[in-house]
Amino acid sequence: MKHQYLKNVTTLKLDQSLCTGCGKCTEVCPHQVFAIINSKCSTIDKDSCIECGACVKNCPFHALEVRPGVGCAAAVIKSWLTGGEPSCDCSSGGGCCS
Amino acid sequence: MNMLTIGNMKKEIKIMQTSAQLTFQDKLGAWKARWGINRMNYKVEPGLYRLGNPNENSPVLVTANYKLTFDSLRKELSGLDTWILVLDTKGINVWCAAGKGTFGSNELINRMAIVQLDKIVAHRTLILPQLGAPGVSAHEVTKYTGFKVIYGPVRAKDIKEFIQSGMKATPEMRTLKFSVYDRLVLTPIEFVGTIKPSLIIFGVLFLLNLMGLGPFGLVDFYGYMGAVIIGCVLTPVLLPFIPGRAFAWKGWLLGLVWAILVNWLNGWPSNPQYSLLQALGYVLVFPAVSAFLAMNFTGSSTYTSLSGVLKEMRIAVPAIIISIVIGCLLILVNSFI
Repeated sequence: MKHQYLKNVTTLKLDQSLCTGCGKCTEVCPHQVFAIINSKCSTIDKDSCIECGACVKNCPFHALEVRPGVGCAAAVIKSWLTGGEPSCDCSSGGGCCS
Repeated sequence: MNMLTIGNMKKEIKIMQTSAQLTFQDKLGAWKARWGINRMNYKVEPGLYRLGNPNENSPVLVTANYKLTFDSLRKELSGLDTWILVLDTKGINVWCAAGKGTFGSNELINRMAIVQLDKIVAHRTLILPQLGAPGVSAHEVTKYTGFKVIYGPVRAKDIKEFIQSGMKATPEMRTLKFSVYDRLVLTPIEFVGTIKPSLIIFGVLFLLNLMGLGPFGLVDFYGYMGAVIIGCVLTPVLLPFIPGRAFAWKGWLLGLVWAILVNWLNGWPSNPQYSLLQALGYVLVFPAVSAFLAMNFTGSSTYTSLSGVLKEMRIAVPAIIISIVIGCLLILVNSFI
């Protein structure tokens, strides 16, 4: 059964005019968000994007943009309490970093 | 130890030996880490490892220095001769370390220089776990080191097939899954995390009893514990089968079933002793507790985004707080009447 999280929330943006169709994004994306169609990247399943930032970091042509972050409520609560960005820091419990 | 002479300076390259066999100690250590025992200090030394009998043409696999990660990689490499380059990720797994940037381009480039990888292998290819990609910029690593970065499969169990098929990953190998078993192994640590706050709550209830504001008893205890287990074990395990998308919602739904069940088991509505206030109090408190714990499982899941979690929390967090506060008030008022 495929997991599905909230729709129409991702901050992922693709500028096709910069894309050369190298396909690095399809290699690194853990949720098969991209496909190369007619030698250009297309987002075929944008709602599966988890904003991990792998595609942005590995696109040599800067065609992708996202606000990277962790989809972790505990991290968000911690950032509300202490200020700063939510980051993956499970030193005080929580299961994600195991 | 290999000795290399660079100029006049003799520089030792430290290479550690490892194997594909996990010992009883390794397995016990993994079990303890899952339960939160010594988990934040479960590390191996960063550096270069030799698995089997690798030579200058053997593949180089890059991983994190969380021992659970290192072990789950090497146990899949039986019969192969490979190099393993362990980055210093402060004992954190590849995915979380990539998010923080400790499994990143800089650490990789530095570690390659420290172990002088270019002198050990003749080829110029590194195999990185795909889940390290959020921290590593493949083209930048190539620019600075001359090494080509190939992203291997998501899961270590596919690594052998990946190498043997000439570094080809199937779409299946590239996709992050989250099976029942994947979810189940994460639940102990979720449960362990609730023990401390739960003990504080029990302490407060005990004090309230002493102050004559109770009595809080067995029903409150098992009702609450049920809500906790629903939030941090049952909801994660049943995740895709529960209707809806938001985690807090899924937890709340199961918690609601539980609250109704607790009320019904104690004779509501047929038992006149069992007041509506108490029944309503449970319905407000227990599902909210489950919702909160289920919401916290977003961090352990593999398919949530920050934007999604923020959207969910904007509704869930105020709703949970209001629900718990009103529920507790109702229960307290009820014990006065």
